[in-house]
Amino acid sequence: MKQEFKVLGTRPIRPDGLDKVTGKAMFGADKSVTGMLHARILRSPHAHAEIVSIDTSKAEALAGVKAVITGDDFADVENRWSRYTMQNCMAQGRALYDGHAVAAVAAVSKTIAAEALKLIEVEYKVLSHVMDVDEAMAPGAPVLHEGVKARKLGDDVSGNTVGYYSFGHGDPEKGFAAADEVIERTFKTAAVHQGYIEPHACLADLGSDGKGELWCSTQGHYMVREVCAEILHIDASQLRVTASEIGGGFGGKTTVFIEPVALKLSQKAGKPVKLVMSREDVFRASGPTMSASMDVKIGMSKDGKITGAHAKLRYQGGAFPYQMVMMGAMSAFAAYDLEHVQAEGWDVMTNRPKMISYRAPGAPMAVYAVESVMDELCQKLELDPIDTRLLNAAKEGTKSSYGPTFKAIGLVEALEAAKAHPHYSAPLAPNTGRGVSCGFWFNFGGQVSVSMAINADGTVNLIEGNPDIGGSRASISMMAAEALGIEFDRVRTIVGDTASVGFSDVTDGSRVTFAVGIATINAAKAAIKEMCQRAAKIWEIDAEAVEWVDGAAQPTGHNAGNFPPMSLAEIAATSGKTGGPIAGHHEGAPDKAGVSFGVHLVDVEVDPETGFTAIKRYTAFQDVGKAIHPAYVEGQIQGGAVQGIGWALNEEYIYGEDGRLQNAGFLDYRIPVASDLPMIEPVIIEVPNPGHPFGVRGCGETAIVPPLAAVANGVAQAIGVRMFALPMSPPKILKAL
Amino acid sequence: MSKIHVTTNVNGDSVEFLCEPDEVLLDVLRDRLNLTGAKEGCGTGDCGACSVTIDGRLVASCLVLGAEAEGRVIETVEGIGSAKDLHPLQRHLLEHAALQCGVCTPGIIVAAKALLAENPDPTEEEARYWLAGNLCRCTGYDKIIRAVLSAATEMRGENA
Amino acid sequence: MARVVIFGSLRAFTDGAGEMEIEAATTRELLKKLAARHPALAETIEAGVSLAIDGEVFKEAWFTPIGPDSEVVVIPLMVGG
Repeated sequence: MKQEFKVLGTRPIRPDGLDKVTGKAMFGADKSVTGMLHARILRSPHAHAEIVSIDTSKAEALAGVKAVITGDDFADVENRWSRYTMQNCMAQGRALYDGHAVAAVAAVSKTIAAEALKLIEVEYKVLSHVMDVDEAMAPGAPVLHEGVKARKLGDDVSGNTVGYYSFGHGDPEKGFAAADEVIERTFKTAAVHQGYIEPHACLADLGSDGKGELWCSTQGHYMVREVCAEILHIDASQLRVTASEIGGGFGGKTTVFIEPVALKLSQKAGKPVKLVMSREDVFRASGPTMSASMDVKIGMSKDGKITGAHAKLRYQGGAFPYQMVMMGAMSAFAAYDLEHVQAEGWDVMTNRPKMISYRAPGAPMAVYAVESVMDELCQKLELDPIDTRLLNAAKEGTKSSYGPTFKAIGLVEALEAAKAHPHYSAPLAPNTGRGVSCGFWFNFGGQVSVSMAINADGTVNLIEGNPDIGGSRASISMMAAEALGIEFDRVRTIVGDTASVGFSDVTDGSRVTFAVGIATINAAKAAIKEMCQRAAKIWEIDAEAVEWVDGAAQPTGHNAGNFPPMSLAEIAATSGKTGGPIAGHHEGAPDKAGVSFGVHLVDVEVDPETGFTAIKRYTAFQDVGKAIHPAYVEGQIQGGAVQGIGWALNEEYIYGEDGRLQNAGFLDYRIPVASDLPMIEPVIIEVPNPGHPFGVRGCGETAIVPPLAAVANGVAQAIGVRMFALPMSPPKILKAL
Repeated sequence: MSKIHVTTNVNGDSVEFLCEPDEVLLDVLRDRLNLTGAKEGCGTGDCGACSVTIDGRLVASCLVLGAEAEGRVIETVEGIGSAKDLHPLQRHLLEHAALQCGVCTPGIIVAAKALLAENPDPTEEEARYWLAGNLCRCTGYDKIIRAVLSAATEMRGENA
Repeated sequence: MARVVIFGSLRAFTDGAGEMEIEAATTRELLKKLAARHPALAETIEAGVSLAIDGEVFKEAWFTPIGPDSEVVVIPLMVGG
């Protein structure tokens, strides 16, 4: 049943828009307070070294320096995951990667802080390092941390192997035996950075009484509060964290890198401390995503049916234990309805920065490998790539490769839209290839709190706890307006600090529109119930005899009473006399987020002289369930696609033999620029999620998944040679030619 | 090191400040003049988030010394349009939903305004090459380019 | 009794059992009984798991009802970007 909406599906101007086009919006580095100090962090020049000693006395003696800290200033924390986070923020005993923080200074000016860093004397004993995932996993590799190897693994893998996951059903070998064609390939993808334009920044003020204020750029200020409270050994209630406007995150701001350092410096100096990462710091010491080495084997019958599939994914996630490959293994074959499938994954440590989520973490590389083999099979068996995917596509009732049986999903709809789109049948120019790929992301629910106040003038304030990265204040206001039956511009949504509204999980997993949306609808329901009761009192009838229709209370029928509808504004106007303020709130942990599938089509042109790949045309189809604000949904699809294009063609962490990062800047780590790209045509498909009142699935992450293989498949067709490693930068393509 | 006294004009107002000899204009704007619209995305002139104009010429303010502002006319995003009367570029960026996180937006506005001053009728390709120095990680540039071209159309007095 | 499906690599901790039947009205009861039956799983359950109940993924919601004929798939706790 298709629902009719008044507000949802329109494209209002976002409420934070004016501030952002006039320069008024306050991002992480934009806040200053009187008397604040400026902090700088000293970082290891070695990929792996024992810190024999650190002498900070000369730095401390420099005029204007108010505090110097090292790893020794941090007491141990019980939870091992928090301890890893702390030791990533400030090394204790060993520096584990090039750029690992070893000391920090707070001083009265940036210049003095920078001078002081030069006066800190660190004696290192350099240890052997390992950067590549396959080398790190091999027995005999230098092990980053002892005693953290995944349980039940044998001696064939090193102690860096901190996770092992396997998903699937049936017997792939049986499937391969039944195939007409079996292709097995090995792929490599480079570590890439989320590349948000705003570096991490915070302003911390922690007093000796344990009361603290923290302003920072983050995807989750409650997460920041909890992790920092644990690391600093203070009460969560005493640390108020306010999320600044956030200049991009894409998963990279779902942890802390500098906040505990700034708080500790502030505590030690007794003054507010501002700490802002440089771009070089961001590349060297904030989380990139994993690099990967992967084997994928798929068997197919002559008519295109997949008979068996097996993937082995080896991801490296940097210098600490982590758990992320599982989502690659779960995503790898999610698009297909398979009888015999297995996907295995290994999480491996190396001497690189500790990885953190990057949009659909774990999925893009696994899907790249699978969709590349799919493409090769289609070529070999002379099959249409979209028809072949349709033949195998997962649909409602399919037992997914990672276990659950799918509810209503939109992959078939996306594939059919792609097949019918003029892009798919347009003629191709010389040196040009057309690539296709599917993509998938789970989407999450999770903990959320929303507080809604109905003001006496008939307007509505809403406080939620999830930083707004891409327009969520607009979509949440829209859902509130829809649920209450009022105009969009009557609602103002703000992101509250940690002291003003209940806990909310991090803005991640494409969960905000889904989860905050459900909480908003429930908060509105609570307020509506109260407003109906007020109307019932005024009319002197039973509350049960009042219902809410189009933004007004009205009697349920003639028997209930003969009263004209009483609008939200009218009820609000007398609220002071009918029982006091009217509000609604909701705290919960909604589940049932619907998975989202996408299909991308790309035409690439490869210059045989230079090896440069130009994106000539790009069309992205995605099932989003319900697009609340279609313009921002389009924006998510376009932005995700372009990040994937960068991953496919240019972006990579380049390390020297010495384990030092060689391209820690935007000049040498090249993200896509405007002149690299054509328009990106988004096609929104709406197969409602049965788990959300408005059908919302979440849309932010799926779009980064298909581009890697779509571009690779296009390049393979354009040059007649298939590449098995990303990025396919010009020198690498020239070499392949 | 003694500080340098600089007299300049920022967004139409005469301004005086003291700065270190090696202090970049971006830091002067942000730390001394409280104009935080220009952002530091890289500090090396690669991202365009700190774009301002000096005597009408588009520059990365992280690569210009504060002392070089002496006697010049500086324009930052804060000087373009106002909350009551937005510049067409600002309005079209909003109407096209051409910003997500918005941290690159000030630089995009300054750079696009400089483009349209030089070339009031840019092609899509010209707009893309002009803005190639302004990184945006959220949007994929599609809506930004559309917004700039439609603002240009309006500014030329043509119908969109 | 609900049919419980254990994801591949967790089967190392269930003596190879991939599917089993457990009588449980809620996820909390199910996880308790699962950990009791397979003590090696306790560490993983303690660290956190998600459950797909009849195709819908729940993140450790203890009191989620489980129907007598439900299919419950144990999957790892997921994080996003």
